[in-house]
Amino acid sequence: MRADLEIIRDWIRPGSRVIDLGCGEGELLEHLVNEKQVQGYGIEINADNITACIEKGVNVIEKDIDEGLCGIRSNSFDTVVMSHALQTMHRPDQIVEEMLRIGKECIVTFPNFAHWRARFYLAFRGRMPVSKFLSYTWYNTPNIHFFTFKDFEELCVERNIYIVDRTVVDHEHKHRWWIRLWPNMLGEIAIYRITR
Amino acid sequence: MKDFPEDSVGLVVPQTIHFDQPLTLASGRTLPHYDLVVETYGQLNAQASNAILICHALSGHHHAAGYHTEEDKKPGWWDSAIGPGKAIDTNRFFVVSLNNLGGCHGSSGPNTLNPETGQPYGPDFPIVTVADWVQSQAGLADHLGIEQWAAVVGGSLGGMQALQWSIDFPERLRHCVIIAAAPKLSTQNIAFNEVARQAISKDPQFHQGHYYAQGSVPKTGLMLARMVGHITYLSEDGMREKFGRELRSGKLSFDFNPQFEIETYLQYQGERFSATFDANTYLLMTKALDYFDPAADYDNNLALALKQVQCDFFVASFTTDWRFSPERSREIVDALIEAGKKVTYTEIQAAHGHDAFLIPIPRYMEVFSAYMNRIADTLEKHDAR
Repeated sequence: MRADLEIIRDWIRPGSRVIDLGCGEGELLEHLVNEKQVQGYGIEINADNITACIEKGVNVIEKDIDEGLCGIRSNSFDTVVMSHALQTMHRPDQIVEEMLRIGKECIVTFPNFAHWRARFYLAFRGRMPVSKFLSYTWYNTPNIHFFTFKDFEELCVERNIYIVDRTVVDHEHKHRWWIRLWPNMLGEIAIYRITR
Repeated sequence: MKDFPEDSVGLVVPQTIHFDQPLTLASGRTLPHYDLVVETYGQLNAQASNAILICHALSGHHHAAGYHTEEDKKPGWWDSAIGPGKAIDTNRFFVVSLNNLGGCHGSSGPNTLNPETGQPYGPDFPIVTVADWVQSQAGLADHLGIEQWAAVVGGSLGGMQALQWSIDFPERLRHCVIIAAAPKLSTQNIAFNEVARQAISKDPQFHQGHYYAQGSVPKTGLMLARMVGHITYLSEDGMREKFGRELRSGKLSFDFNPQFEIETYLQYQGERFSATFDANTYLLMTKALDYFDPAADYDNNLALALKQVQCDFFVASFTTDWRFSPERSREIVDALIEAGKKVTYTEIQAAHGHDAFLIPIPRYMEVFSAYMNRIADTLEKHDAR
């Protein structure tokens, strides 16, 4: 399992109600259902990912998250997960609000655009960064909103969102001691646990 | 002997099953005894755990797959989804398909003889509801020795029966497959049904439903009903794509005869339908649709109605279906999520409108097969233990 999913997994209580927005092939949910007996649902828009979820027996709902989550009742989930998808949303701020509406607690992961390699790329090459993790060119990337850890935390302050936990890792989703020294410069991926 | 396609169930023979147990209906009336016409495909396994019930839609019947004779030009109405290697794989499942009560293809209904009078029931056949059908289907399951269906499957009105099954007999099905359906009809849906009913009942040949004795058929009314219905089964884009504004003779004829291709098509559909379908049955089926509302007994709260269901759900809708639009399927899905039930939902891109549920659209068949295959895998693994 992807290392960030392992971190998320450890944050989720057994037997709780979980919804994974942009659940991909349903890897996290399959694990949570089998090992932690959670009541899990995934939202996904990609056809192949949906088929993969069905084959795994993961509850998957075909839906464009950009259209909102209006059919889902407020506070009806213990945990709402969105892993590596916030930067692909048209209005990340509104999605975060929706997540906080339907769930008691939200887990969000996203790539840090202020990582030194991205800064270096833009500063010296004068071009939009392309890396292993951000492996698209500017015109075809699904990542339409680039932001940094600092940006996200500022949004949290503005909107009165409480950050319960934050973990910053490198592109292999590994913890490194030095990342903690200067996370916004050295961290590539952040995993936030937020609530209101 | 003629060769049927390899993925066809081939020649099938319907059978009539007689039930002597009285059936108490939602209306309060009782059917003392009744017949159901049934077809089955595939083999029931030793544990009787691989049975699938197919519920038909408004104009459907028991002949869902295969051929009745070697001369048949067309197979059963859902042959695209039922057969060896198809979404509902008859190599793995035992498939049961019936004509519902009130139907006109052999099961007890307006056009069959009332044993009390020796005359056709006609308009005296009691109004049956989706819940009544489900009761009778449960009786059929008992008769076939099926304690629990691997899945109850249906599209449109058939999907409504599947949903009703999950609520009325929660322990008797493991999966519920609801395609292009809705948790209840919209006002607009009821309005269209009423136009269809008026077309039939105002036909001078209708004779208050006693047309059998008169040797007449309310053909015009039935045709009109079908034509209106057919418009609601197609999408605007699909219609435009298929017929456009094409003229049969290439030029305007300045009279009131059908000239546009769509006019000819609707007339042909109506004509064909009125030759094979019973007008009283059409009235009954539209009423069953109008009355369907499983949440009504639960404070109009669908999530509450679904609280006691035990099966897993597969729900699918089609983007251009405006009869039972994707929003209507999402109402079911949202209620299932709220009730904490297992559910998978897909929204298929299709230009065919409501009719799409009968068409083997590749993406539709892919997700449908994936879901059904998982059911088969699970039960074969379980039975091997």
